[in-house]
Amino acid sequence: MMNPFSLEGKTILVTGASSGIGRGIAIECSKMGATVVLNARNEERLRETVSMMTGKNHQIVIADIAYQEEIDRLVAEIPSLDGCVLCAGIPQVCPVKHFKRQDIEDIFSVNTFAPIMITSSLVKKKKIHKGSSVVLVESISGVFVGTKGDVSYNASKAALNGFLKGAALELAGQGIRINAVNPGLVPTNILNLTNEMFAETHHTDIMVDSYPLKRYGIPEDIAYGCIYLLSDASSWVTGTNLVIDGGYLLN
Amino acid sequence: MELKEFITNFAAEFDETPEEAFAPATEFKTLDEWNSLTALSIIAMVDDNYNKTITVANLRTCNTIEDLFNFVAAL
Repeated sequence: MMNPFSLEGKTILVTGASSGIGRGIAIECSKMGATVVLNARNEERLRETVSMMTGKNHQIVIADIAYQEEIDRLVAEIPSLDGCVLCAGIPQVCPVKHFKRQDIEDIFSVNTFAPIMITSSLVKKKKIHKGSSVVLVESISGVFVGTKGDVSYNASKAALNGFLKGAALELAGQGIRINAVNPGLVPTNILNLTNEMFAETHHTDIMVDSYPLKRYGIPEDIAYGCIYLLSDASSWVTGTNLVIDGGYLLN
Repeated sequence: MELKEFITNFAAEFDETPEEAFAPATEFKTLDEWNSLTALSIIAMVDDNYNKTITVANLRTCNTIEDLFNFVAAL
């Protein structure tokens, strides 16, 4: 049976594949037939992700994409792609008046500059085929809503969304599509990272009741949206935001 | 690290509450202006001024400003 959502025969890069949403995306892409190139900093956790995947020939490339040299090496080491999901991201919780320039540069390095420069480099080095799909993992925060205390995170995702709009237009000429998924709250250890400093109060402020579908997201919810955007089912879709938020924005 | 200076720094994180409202025995979580954002501001203030990391869980165990001062001083 023909399945337009299949990723059979496609090679897909997933950054941030060692945990949380990125891990879920790598696993689900493999179930849809993709050969996945997994990137993150931690080899052990990446191997753990691979052990949860179906299919063979998945490849691991360890790189800390906060640094340009590492991005260059990543792109040099990977095979030619049919798509990528740029998922690596870090949280940051800090009130506006306590911002420090270095902290803002740090979060932008990972959340904004890395996906922008990976996309640029993939195109420049011809590591991404005509007809490929780039998927940015953004957030509803910063792009559709603001969240107190997460302002630098909001800014990093909003800047990435600006890149999406322009890049989609520019890369359309080369047959490369670029879209974003915008998740609502998906409890993963990105929140635990935040919680080391700020514990529960902050994110449990956003009660599950704010989600009309009465639950938080799980990585698979986001992965399925990515699969659509990576697959030939979305051949005529570029420059869009796919909100996956349990109805949160309806409030 | 001095209590008086700590209280001044603590008070500076608030916009509406008058400075006189802040004393060693002030139960800061009962202040009208206390919320998740002021909590984050206090955590950031402690980091900025004393180079020490505290958490919301730590704040929960302290009732008065002096409790928090003693907690931070002991870190």
